Amino acid sequence: MATFSTAERKRRPHGDRKSSEMTLHLKQTFEAAILTQLYPRSQIDIYVQILQADGGNYSSCVNAATLAVVDAGIPLRDYVCACSAGFVEDTPLVDLSHVEESSGGTQLSLALLPKAEHLALVEMDARLHQDHLEGLMDAATRACKDLHAVLDRVVREHLQEVSTQLGE
Amino acid sequence: MRETPLSNCERQFLVQAIAEKKRLDGRQTYDYRNIKITFGTDYGCCIVDLGKTRVLAQISCELVAPKMNRPTEGILFFNLELSQMASPAFEPGRQSELVVKLNRLVERCLRNSKCIDTESLCVVSGEKVWQIRVDLHLLNHDGNIMDAASIAAITALCHFRRPDVSIQGEDVTVYTPEERDPVPLSIHHMPICVSFSFFQQGTYLLVDPSEREERVMDGLLVIAMNKHREICTIQSSGGIMLLKDQVLRCSKIASVKVTEISELIQKALENDKKVRKEGGKFGFAESMPNQRITAYKMEVAPVDTDDIGKKAEDLISNTEPPSEIIPSPVVRAPGTGQIGEGLQNSWGLDENEDGEEAEDQTMEEELQTMDVKVKSVNKEDPIVLSDSEEEDVVVLEPKIMKKEVKVQASSTAASKKKKKKKPAH
Repeated sequence: MATFSTAERKRRPHGDRKSSEMTLHLKQTFEAAILTQLYPRSQIDIYVQILQADGGNYSSCVNAATLAVVDAGIPLRDYVCACSAGFVEDTPLVDLSHVEESSGGTQLSLALLPKAEHLALVEMDARLHQDHLEGLMDAATRACKDLHAVLDRVVREHLQEVSTQLGE
Repeated sequence: MRETPLSNCERQFLVQAIAEKKRLDGRQTYDYRNIKITFGTDYGCCIVDLGKTRVLAQISCELVAPKMNRPTEGILFFNLELSQMASPAFEPGRQSELVVKLNRLVERCLRNSKCIDTESLCVVSGEKVWQIRVDLHLLNHDGNIMDAASIAAITALCHFRRPDVSIQGEDVTVYTPEERDPVPLSIHHMPICVSFSFFQQGTYLLVDPSEREERVMDGLLVIAMNKHREICTIQSSGGIMLLKDQVLRCSKIASVKVTEISELIQKALENDKKVRKEGGKFGFAESMPNQRITAYKMEVAPVDTDDIGKKAEDLISNTEPPSEIIPSPVVRAPGTGQIGEGLQNSWGLDENEDGEEAEDQTMEEELQTMDVKVKSVNKEDPIVLSDSEEEDVVVLEPKIMKKEVKVQASSTAASKKKKKKKPAH
C-alpha cells in the first residue's frame, strides 16, 4: 500500500502484519488459480500497489492481478473475481467502502472462480450470526459474477483494439 | 533445522487412511483431542493442552496513553510466538509466514469480534487507558496451533484480574492487589477457533488435524465462533477451492464443537475459582502430580476390531500351511550337528547378476499372472531353515505372491529369487 493511499499517511507501508497477511492471501488465491504445473522451475511474480484505499483493498488487488495475468498470457483456470460484502442492519451490502468497513460491522471477502463457483479464498471479520452467513455469501457470489461479466467484457474489448492496431 | 520431509509412502498411507475415515490416533473425523486447561498462580496465566500441542498464555496490563483517534478505548495487544522448543523446524528468524498468519488470525478473532469491552478499560479519557497485552507461546507443536492458541487466549482473558482503579475528580488511584481485590475484565463473549483440514481437493474433511495430517492436507479452513452461534472469523488458507455448502457445513459442525469447548472452559474457570476461594493449592506446580512418573503418557486409543475375525479368516484361508520341517538334526561328525542344509552362497555371483536381474523382472510378471503355477514351483523348493527367530512370514498382498515367503536371516532377495528359478528351469 502506498503511503498516500489512506486518509492518514501510512508510516510503514512494508513489512507490517496487515500487508504481510494480504500478501499471503494474494499468493494463496493465485496459487489456486494459475496452472503452475505448466511452468515448472520458474517463478511468477505479481506486484500490486494500492494507490488509493477506500475499502475493498483485497478485492481490488485480486481483480487487478487477474487482469494483469490474463494480459501477460499466463493460463488461468478461470477469472478470479473478488468482492467484499457486509451486513448492516439485516441487509447484506456488497462492495463496502472505507467508511462502511470501519463502522465495525461484518465484512466478508470472497475470491471466486465464477464458472464452477469455487471459492479460492473466504475471509470474514467481526460478528455475524450463523444463519446470516448463507445470505451474505450468496450476495457476494452474485456480485463476483457481475464483476466477472465486466472483466470479461473489458478483456475482449482490449483484445479487439489491440488486434485491429496490430493488423494495420 | 529443516523439517524432515514426509516420505511418499507415509503420505499415501495417511491419505488412504483418511479416505477410509480412519485417523492415526483412532479418532472419528469430527473428534477433538483431549483438551486440558491449567492455570498458574498469577491471574491471567494459563496453559492449554490440545492432545500434545501446548500453548501458554499470559496476560498483563499497563496504564498508557490512548491512541489519538480513539481516546476513550483501551488498547489490546496480541503476540503469538513459536518457541524453538515447539518443533525443530522453528528457528529464530524463520517461520515468518506461519507466525504472521497465526498472529493475524488471533488478532482478528479476538480484537475485531469485540469480545472485550475496550470502553471499560478507559481510566481517564484521552490520557490514561489500560493496555492489555496477551502473550501466547507455543510450547509444543503437534498440529492445530490455532485452536489451542485461541482457547488459551480467551481462557486467560477470562481468568485475568486487573488492578482496581478509583477516580476522585482529577485524582486517579491505582490500588495494589493487597489493598483492593483486582477486578476481572468485562468480556462479552468467548470466540473459539475450530480448524478444518481438507484432503483430496475437498472431498474429505477432518476436524482438529494433528501434525502429520497437517502435512498432507490440501488446505485449512478456520472458523471462529462463540457459543451464541455468532461467527467471529472465517479464514481459508492453503489455496484449495471450496464450495459454498462446504463452508456452511463446516460452520454447523463448528457450532457444536464450540459449545462443548465453552463448557469445558467454564468448568475449568469455576474449578480454579473454587480452589482459590477455599484456600486450596493452585497453580502449575500443584496441577502436576508428584511421586508419579508421567514423562510420556499415552492415552488409551480405541482400536477398531469390528471385522477382525473375518479378516483373520480371510488371511488364513489364503495362505498355505507351513511346509514340512525336517525334525532331526544331521550328525556329520562327533560333537557337531547340523539342522538344515545351509544357505546358497550369494557372494561371487556378480557375473550372472545382470542377467539374473532381467530374469527377475520377467519372473515378477509371471508371478503376477500365474499364481497357481508358482504355488507348485514352491513345493519343490529345498526347504531350508535358518536359526533365525523369524518364522514363516505371510505376505499380505496375495495378488503378487500367493505363497509363503520364507525369510532367511542372511540371504538376500536376489538369492531367494535365484533359488526359485532353479527348479523352474
